[in-house]
Formats: sequence, C-alpha cells, structure tokens
Amino acid sequence: MTKLIGQSVKRVEDKRFITGQGQYTDDIVLPGMTYAYILRSPYAHATIKSIDTAAARAMEGVVAVFTGEDIAKAGINGVPTGWQVNFKSGETMKEPPHPLLVADRVKHVGDSLAVVIAESREIAKDAADLIEIDYDVLEAVWNPADAIAADAPQVHEGAPNNICFDWELGNPKAEVDAALAGAHHVTSLDLVNQRMIPNPIEPRSAIGHFESSHDRYTLYTTSQNPHLTRLLMCAFVLGLPEHKVRVVAPDVGGGFGSKIFHYTEEALVIWASGKLGRPVKWTADRSECFTTDAHGRDHVTKAEMGFDKEGNILGLRVKTYANLGAYLSTFAPCVPTWLHGTLLQGVYTTPKINVDVTGVFTHTNAVDAYRGAGRPEATYLLERLLDTAALEMGMDPAELRLQNMIQPFDGVSQPGYMTQVALQYDSGNYQATLHRGLEMVGYEQFRQEQAEARKAGRYLGIGFSTYIEACGIAPSAVVGALGARAGLYEVGQVRVQPTGKVSVFTGAHSHGQGHETTFAQIVADTLGIGMGDVEIIHGDSESVAFGMGTYGSRSLAVGGSAIMKSLDKILEKGAKIAAHKLEAAVEDLDFAEGKWTVKGTDKSIGFGDVALTAYVPHNYPQGVEPGLDFSSFYDPANFTYPFGTHIAIVEVDPQTGKVDLKRFIAVDDVGNVINPMIVEGQIHGGLAQGIGQAMFEGALYDDGGNLINGSYMDYTMPRADDLPSFEVDRLVTPCPHNPLGVKGAGEAGAIGSTPAVVNAVMDALSPLGIFNPSMPMTPESIWRTING
Amino acid sequence: MIPASFSYHKANSVQEALGMLQQHGGDAKLLAGGHSLIPAMKLRLNQPSTLIDIRHIAELQTISVAGDHVVIGAGVTHHQIATNAHIHAHAPILAEAAEWIGDVQVRNMGTLGGSLAHADPAADWPAVMIASHASIEMQSASGSRTVGADDFFLGFFETALQEDEIITAIKIPVAGAHTGSAYKKFMQPASRYAIVGCAVVLTHENGKCTAASIGMTGVSEFAYREKAIEDALVGKELTPENIKHAASLAAKDVTLMSDHFASVPYRKHLASVYAERALVAAAGL
Repeated sequence: MTKLIGQSVKRVEDKRFITGQGQYTDDIVLPGMTYAYILRSPYAHATIKSIDTAAARAMEGVVAVFTGEDIAKAGINGVPTGWQVNFKSGETMKEPPHPLLVADRVKHVGDSLAVVIAESREIAKDAADLIEIDYDVLEAVWNPADAIAADAPQVHEGAPNNICFDWELGNPKAEVDAALAGAHHVTSLDLVNQRMIPNPIEPRSAIGHFESSHDRYTLYTTSQNPHLTRLLMCAFVLGLPEHKVRVVAPDVGGGFGSKIFHYTEEALVIWASGKLGRPVKWTADRSECFTTDAHGRDHVTKAEMGFDKEGNILGLRVKTYANLGAYLSTFAPCVPTWLHGTLLQGVYTTPKINVDVTGVFTHTNAVDAYRGAGRPEATYLLERLLDTAALEMGMDPAELRLQNMIQPFDGVSQPGYMTQVALQYDSGNYQATLHRGLEMVGYEQFRQEQAEARKAGRYLGIGFSTYIEACGIAPSAVVGALGARAGLYEVGQVRVQPTGKVSVFTGAHSHGQGHETTFAQIVADTLGIGMGDVEIIHGDSESVAFGMGTYGSRSLAVGGSAIMKSLDKILEKGAKIAAHKLEAAVEDLDFAEGKWTVKGTDKSIGFGDVALTAYVPHNYPQGVEPGLDFSSFYDPANFTYPFGTHIAIVEVDPQTGKVDLKRFIAVDDVGNVINPMIVEGQIHGGLAQGIGQAMFEGALYDDGGNLINGSYMDYTMPRADDLPSFEVDRLVTPCPHNPLGVKGAGEAGAIGSTPAVVNAVMDALSPLGIFNPSMPMTPESIWRTING
Repeated sequence: MIPASFSYHKANSVQEALGMLQQHGGDAKLLAGGHSLIPAMKLRLNQPSTLIDIRHIAELQTISVAGDHVVIGAGVTHHQIATNAHIHAHAPILAEAAEWIGDVQVRNMGTLGGSLAHADPAADWPAVMIASHASIEMQSASGSRTVGADDFFLGFFETALQEDEIITAIKIPVAGAHTGSAYKKFMQPASRYAIVGCAVVLTHENGKCTAASIGMTGVSEFAYREKAIEDALVGKELTPENIKHAASLAAKDVTLMSDHFASVPYRKHLASVYAERALVAAAGL
C-alpha cells in the first residue's frame, strides 16, 4: 500500500465546497426561525441620551426589540477576556466590561445598541431604521500613541490614560541600554504596524435555538473554537449549565483569527431565543464585518538595534504601544505581549533584548489575533532593522544575517536554544533556508541586473526576511503561568466501528485548512486502511468531547498528535485481540499494511477482523474490555518553531511611486509535512495576506474615529493579478517533541513575507537615500517618499 | 446590505420600458447590469420604489456599423465590446478600454449605457466617449434625441439624460486613416475605477499631429476634454518633448478630487503622467 503521508492527496472537503453544498451557519433554517438585526453606533464615542424603540416595536412582523437596558435588567454579564496580563507593578490589567448591548455610552463605531428580532431580515432592518436615538457625540481617539496623552478622551472610567497594562520582557533595560550605548552602530526605526481587517469570505453568523422540551440550547456559529465559546458563554456571560448547551461550528468560510473569539452576538441570540422560545438567526453584512470582526496588528513601535564594528548584534530595545480597541477581545492582551515580545530573539544570537509594551484602549473596534498574531509584528521590526542596518553599515543584508544567526541544532542530540525572551526553540537550521533562497533568487546575478537597471534609471530592489515563529501554542502549564485562562492541549478520539471503519473526533476546527484530508491521511496510514474508510468529525460540542479549536498553526502539531496518541492505544489494544485470535504472544506480532502477522509465518489477521472481534467478543482475551474506541488529551512539551527565508524582488516606478512585486521566493521549514499541496496552499495564502499588509491593506480612521475604508470599494484586498507566481520550496527539520515531527504552516507565509517586501522597496530606492517606507506602501506614499 | 423593498418590472422592449417609466414616475430606476445600482441599494444610499429591468431588451444589445459610425446598443456589455470584431476594426480604443473595467464578472454584466447613465466620475467610459467623439442617443415617450459626449456629462453623477429617457445607442465615428488611439489608466486598487484614466485619439500625418481628442476621467467631478493638451499638440510634431510639454498641461483648469488613494497634488501629477503615456502610445512612439 502506498503511504499517504507525504502525498499531495486532493482535499476530500472540496467536493462539497466547489459544488455549493457546504453547510454554513447562514444556510441553516429552523422551523419558526426569527431574524435579528443589530443597530450599531455610527459614532466612535457618544453618550446615549435617549433611545425610542416604540415605532420599531409597532411594525408588523417585529417579534421583539431589546436594548442595553433590557440586558442590564436581565443581569447579563459582558463577554470576558481569556488572557490576563499584569502591569509591571504586579497589578492586574484593566478589564472593563463589554456588554452585549450598550445602554449608556458607545465606545466605537459599530458598538451594539439594540437588537430587532423579526419574521424576516428585511423587516428587522426596516424596523431598526425606525429606532430613534439621541446622542451626545464626544471626542474620540483612535491612535494608541495619542490615547495615552494626559488630555486624551477617556475610553473607560476605570482605565486612567487609556492604559490597559504595561509589560516588559527580556533582560533588564539597563543592560540593554548599556549594550546600545557601547555599540559601534545603532539602527533606530519608528514603525507603524498598521491595523488590518481580516475579511474572511464568510461573514460572521450565529443562530440561537432554545428547545423548551429539553431545556436545551443550541448555538450554531461561525467559530474556529466552538468548545471555548461554549465555556465562556455559559460560565461567564449567561450563567447557563454547560451540559444543556450545544455549540456547533459547521462549515466555516475562513477566519484568519477573527472567528476564534467569543462575540457578543453569540450570547445575544442564545439569550433572545430563550426569551422568545423561537430560534433567532443573526448574520453580519459585509459592512459589519469591517466594523466588528476583531481587527489585527495596530502597533506603534520604536525599535533600536546595536552592532559592533564587524556587524555582530549587541542588543535590541523595543518600545511598543499596542492598540487593543475599545473592549478586550478574547485573546487581545496576549497578542502584543506573549506572542510578540517572546519572538524578538528571531533567528539571531542577540545577547541582550528588552521589550516594553503598553496596551492601550482607543475608541475603535477590538484588536485581537489575526493570522500570525504578534509574531508578524515581531518579525516585521526585526527584519526591517536587519536590512536597514545593512544599508546603513554598507554591508550585505544576507551576509549580515548569516553572521548573526543561531547555529543549526536538532533538539535531540543538541539541546534546544534558550532565548533571552523566555522561549526554548525546539530545532532549527536557519542558515540553510537563507542559502536555498539565495540560490533560488540567483543573488549575484540579481545584484548585477540591479546595477545595470540603476544605470538606466530603473529602480529594482531585493528584500530579505529570515523569520521564526512559535506555534502549536502550548503547553497548558506554561501558558497558564503566562496568563491564559484556558489550557492549550487538544483532544483526539478514534472510534473504530465494528466493520473496521473509523470515525475520528477532533477538537481542532477546520475552516479552510483541510483537516478532513490531512488527518484522514494520518489515520489511514497508521491503521493501514483506505482514506475512504476514515471520517473526520469536528466542530460540534455534542460529538467531540472537548477542544481548544484552531488558531496559532496548532491543529496538526497538537490536534494531530492527540489523534496519534489515540491511534497508539487502538493498535495496542488491537494487538492484544489479534494475539488472542492468532494464538500468539503480542511480542511476536508485527503490524503492517493493515494486518497483524505472527513474525516469520504467514499467519495474520486483518484490522477489520480485529475490529469486529472487539465488538463481537465471543472468542476474546481475558481482562480486555470489548470495543475499540479511545480518546486522548495531548498537551505538548513545548511550542513548535517553524522558520524560513522570504525574498522579494520589486521594481518601483519613480514617476508614480507604484511598486511592482516581480518575484517572491519563500523557503519555509515547517518540519515534517503530511500533505505538501495543502502546506503549499497555506503558504500561498499567508504570503498573499502578508504582502497585502505591505502593499495594500490597512484600516483608516478619520479624526472622529470613523473607519473611512470599510468597504471593498475602499479597502484594498490583494488580488491574484497583484501578485507574482510564488516560488516556494521547503526544507525539513523535524519537530523533536511531537509524534509527527510537524511544526505548523498556517501562519508562516503571513509572518515572514511583509518585511521582505518593504525591505525590497527600501533597497530599490536606496540610490535616492535610506528610506523607511510606511505600510501599506501605496503609490502616493512612495511618490511622497521619493519626492520628499 | 439589505435593500429597502421595491417592486420589480421586466421590460421586453424600449417602448414597454418607456411606458413603465411614465407609469411609475420619478421613483423608478432603470436596471441594466446593476453593478452600481444594486450596491447602492444594498447600502440604502439609493431606495427606488420601482426597478424597471431593461437587461433583456434585445434591440439594445446589437453592435453594427452604419455608414461612418459604429452603433452600439446601450445594453451591450463591456465584455461584448472588448471582444467584438467591428469595435476592434473601427473603434479599437473602446475594446482596449473595456478590458480595464472592473473584473470579469463586472465586464460580463455591466453595460455601456448603464455606465454612461450612472456617470461615475471615475468610470472609464466617459473619457473614451469624449475622446472618440461619441454621440449618445436617448429616447422618451415623446421622441428621441442625440447628444454629443461633450454635452452629455454635466456634473458629479449628472448627465443630460432626463428622468423619462432611456439611452438606446451610442454612435462612434469610424476611426479614419492615420489615426492612433490609446487608453491609459492608473487604477484605484480596491474598486478598480480610475484614479486617472486618459483616452486619446490622435490623427497624424508625416509625424505631425493634425487632430487630437483627449478625454480624462477620475480626476475631476466628471469626465472632461483636455482642451489645453489638444491645442498644444495640433500642428506640432509628435516628438517625445512636444508630448511631454502638452501633457504637463493636464488638469489645469478643473477642480481636482481627493481621497485616501490620491491627494490633489498627486492626482494632478498622475494626470500629466498618464496623459503623456496615452499620447506616446497613441502616437506609436
């Protein structure tokens, strides 16, 4: 039998997606269903003087109208935060309430004011238009660096100067200050990692369904994380018994992080359904996606790196103001701290690192994890520093990297690498990806072409990024010590049916990743059965025991390993049954190609026969339970650390400032690979998003805190014709601490690519001066850079 | 993204559509490709009580050559223009420009007449209509009339088209000998409308420009003729220097638009750059 692991097996889920048969939340129609429309604030900051819902209530077809006052009267809590960060002083971060509907003061455009529930979406929307609200519009602040000023408008009463927390990590600041003071050269950059809007293709949607017959609730929701949503909603918001609440995340059309979090709308439809005794469906329209899906990034940073005369890095000092938005989303405090500061070692031997982060509230939509979450921000500042330093010191950017890189280590015969910022890297071979990238790009030849182009008045540039990331986020004890209010293990259950067919229940959630294929490849190979004999089940709290969901490139490394653990238990028990049937000792059996064979004989028994015996245990080993069904919780020993080299080649049109991305080379090492096609697809998608940040995307606010590019007419998403055909390759350094040796590939593209493109533009324009292009590098911004 | 309620009527002929327009009055809107109207309705920026669907009117969907004009039905799609042999032979700038409109879906649904009636200040067609001396035929219950492109675009989303009229056809003079044309566009990257779109039709003999017709879109509140550039070129040799000088006169006497993709000075600069690029291409340099 051909091994499936390592094969580019076509995705089994695509049949239903391509033929329009996916079942998304908004596709679900329940008898007696009602439709919710949420009235949202058009102002970033305003007090509510009055709200009159009488006309809306009176409209035919309206079932109910609820406001913030109703929510407050019902004693419903706001949605909680799942991660705690403390001030440097030890004081707990400020954690203001995030109510389901606001009664007194709105704090961002899109803040929820009222919900209209009607017989149709159209009626609900028409009725919402009749609600009269008298606002007292107040001054707003959207920039995190402005928000901490003494006279800035305050978002929350309990958070003076809009500061949620301050936090630091690494070596004592005095040591880093001394390292930089004694440096031969210090490269200093002021950087804005702009606010990104995730834009999954499927808008968020939630259906609350209360069945009085069983006193039971079902929430259908567009979630990457259904079990955690259930836990947070039941335990912290609505006070519902968890065993009476089922959460289903059916087919989900992309998330990029924005669907990890527990949103107010989910609790609202569940509560309203209980109150009305009818199912309540809410689906965001695209405008609401722009204003209320948790955004990403939004850091204002000063980064300084010191070097000795030979170009060796001596120290790194980072000060970041991280915009958290008006309310704390589920993982918001974790992203700019533990997912950002911890990555500032990069792939370099930097001996002294200090990072200081201030988390800031502003009158904007919440900011939380977005593809890469903290790690792209860390990579951006590091890699921008490296290429800038090379230009400033007259060194080659590739050489500067190579001389400062951590030497290869496999994490088995050589120990993991302890960083200055609290991590131990698992295994790495950083130089190899850069060497491969240089080979693919034809570096020397490119530099010649560039020199000739410059003589002809053309501006060609090359930019590098040699990134590392931490993913497969875990283990529970570690993340708990860092402030997580949840564990970060994963659950994998393997149920062998009596006929030898296999149902696998995973706590990971697929919303584009292809788990139904990748996980089935692992199971089929391990048990020696066909992929068609394996079904992967996910996203339903009623069938899957528990789960921590999919984000942080964790599904395969953590979820896949949980399945492996259960497969081991299946084979161990199967061997006992097989030994009994074959009248041999377990030690005398080999398992291969789906059957147990007595060594040195042709006596064997197939997996299917063993399965049937387990369920029809007439002739059965003593002391062994019937059945063949195991569940495992896998809590890994460490994060995993993929890494790689990304190289961009651009040409800048000096007349218009337009950047033409001509080539993009990505050499990624994500450890072992189960399905190369899926990994390549993940890399491609990540690259598009990372390049999108460099060149096109970014939320823009006016002085009043209004999002001025909240539509596809105004917010530039990268399109296929904006991008070159990517040149990708992989190297393999297995993860030493999980059974599959895998590291994770979902975020790598988005983490590595952004600085490579910006560095390439900097390099292209270097004959005119050393510039620090700001993102997104729109033609006008580059034109202004060139023309002063 | 939920439009207000409206009634829908499908017209099978221009005559029938005109009758419906009369019957439903000022609150009715004509629906052709719907690529501007429907998004506006979803955002409730536009709330017509009645939609009259003219998409299926066969008489609006022909492209023919009549005498010295190419006659394009108002309901012809951008894609049909991009791929039509008559257009390629006799009005190639239209085929070139059509390829720059939106994306495949927009080109398959959107219509020439719909785009002209909507008159988005950043749409591609208005510049091309001006440059190619198009005339626009309109019909109402009381008869029909024809207006030249220069007199059709009157202001920000404002045209000569009256509420009781339907655009029925667009007539383009057949391109003569010694004529070169080009449409050059700097795209707004999100919407793919023009930040600057410059359409040029040049006639030249022995290297000398004998006639120049230049339309500009995206720059000001509505598409306009670049008279100063035309005057600077006619009678001159089509040299790179002369073209550069003429192009530098772009957007001199108009009120420039500004948005987060292009400020006033940048847009003005781009107008010159794209006028130059279009002139160079039309002159075959």
